[in-house]
Amino acid sequence: MTFDINLVPDGGISWLDASGPDGNIVLSTRVRLARNIDGQRFTVRSSPEDNQVVLQQVERASRASRALHDAPLIRIDHLQPAERQLLHERHLISRDLTGLEADGNVRAGAALLTNGCVGVMVNEEDHVRLQCLKSGFALTEAYSDLERLDAEMGGQLAFAFHEEFGYLTSCPTNAGTGLRASVLIHLPGLVLTKEIAKVLQGLSQVGLTFRGLYGEGSEVVGNFFQLSNQTTLGKSETELLDHLGDMVRKVIEYEQQARHVLQRDAPTVTADKVWRAYGLLKYARSLSFEETMNLLSGVRLGVGLNLISDISVYTLNKLLIFAQPAHLAVREGREIGDPELSTARATYTRQLLEADAAR
Amino acid sequence: MQCDECQERPAAIHLTQIVNDSVTTVHLCEQCAADKGVQTGATVAKFPLSDFLASMGKGGGASNQSPVGDDTAECDHCGGTLRDFRESGRLGCPDCYRTFSGHLRDLLRRLHGASQHVGELYMAAVSGGSGDAPGIGELRDQLRRAVESENFELAAELRDRIRVME
Repeated sequence: MTFDINLVPDGGISWLDASGPDGNIVLSTRVRLARNIDGQRFTVRSSPEDNQVVLQQVERASRASRALHDAPLIRIDHLQPAERQLLHERHLISRDLTGLEADGNVRAGAALLTNGCVGVMVNEEDHVRLQCLKSGFALTEAYSDLERLDAEMGGQLAFAFHEEFGYLTSCPTNAGTGLRASVLIHLPGLVLTKEIAKVLQGLSQVGLTFRGLYGEGSEVVGNFFQLSNQTTLGKSETELLDHLGDMVRKVIEYEQQARHVLQRDAPTVTADKVWRAYGLLKYARSLSFEETMNLLSGVRLGVGLNLISDISVYTLNKLLIFAQPAHLAVREGREIGDPELSTARATYTRQLLEADAAR
Repeated sequence: MQCDECQERPAAIHLTQIVNDSVTTVHLCEQCAADKGVQTGATVAKFPLSDFLASMGKGGGASNQSPVGDDTAECDHCGGTLRDFRESGRLGCPDCYRTFSGHLRDLLRRLHGASQHVGELYMAAVSGGSGDAPGIGELRDQLRRAVESENFELAAELRDRIRVME
């Protein structure tokens, strides 16, 4: 690989430390603002030259901002597919920006500037996607950082804005505020007690939606759900964030109640599930990604219920990222596929768990 | 992995259940999950936009109300058409919003329940971009347009600025 992930401050994963509020149930909070430059075609119709102009303007504006003035510029369009996959696995760039979709090529001028928890994706579906990722349940803090960056970038760039429709975006589902806030939450209690369908249906009725671990288009694995606002227009940023925040707080409560029910009504089954998951993770010699995520969910539940005390949430979060294919390939120093990949995953998982238990 | 219910489509949703103290996992495709009342993010997110795009294709409701008569009319700036939008689900440039405002207002209402932005105002745009500050006449024009489009938050902002200048 030519790209050194260490160039990214904190590796872009400081949120893994589980230091944020409700870090046991909520892994991370992400807020993004979609913006476009007035007078420029959206990337669906733009030329490579147009994208280059956008990139230059955004880089110049970033250099004038407090948060990104010294952020490394990572040219996604200059990276190998495995390197792009690595950044996606770290939740630093979207699937769209990687260009790894079946029918897609990486877009000319696709880039990332990132520093700590804030960053900007350039030439994504929209010219500018400002983003902030925080540990735990921290909507207000994430938006506060982003609002500052938005104001600074908006002072340097001419954002496309319409009196009636608000900020103009390539897809009308993002128009208005351009704000999508999402909370990555672990809900094994609601899944095990079969309450999850009701909760998710309830969320869809109040204008929220859910996605999998990697956001849009991704499947739910390991009982990890991304809860986010469905609409972006007709409500203020504060209303959108407060509404999502209120609902997530309720979901956390329901999850805690479900865990209480599990312990009260099915303590043996629950403990068995947790310890089986821990045993498999710790001793298996071959693990698929999906199986690892499901077992991690069981162990995470065990830690949350105080059944397991020698594993930290930080280690579990770390496994979530580093047990992914591109991360294992970096560790091995070469590209690997199955069955080697599953073996490498099991080895890494075992080593990490043993190190944590020995601490 | 196949769906446990229909045994045909690939399973997309995996539900773990406790039945009589034993844990079972059910693997369902999106359609069977929806039939059982489990909605997926994909179905929630896709339907308003895809339904609208499909209705545009049939020349239904939305397009009848629009000032643009057919779906081949082009945006002056990017050359994009409503047909392009229907096919890709993406607009070509910011000007498309002005060119196809009739269609888009209807779509935005369906998607978001509103077409009027009430969030943060982009002050550079409100004050006329990076050029000279607008004169009082221009501000009054903007105020009139804001009131006409029932953008009362912007109208209040403009009214205050006009008062300061007066």
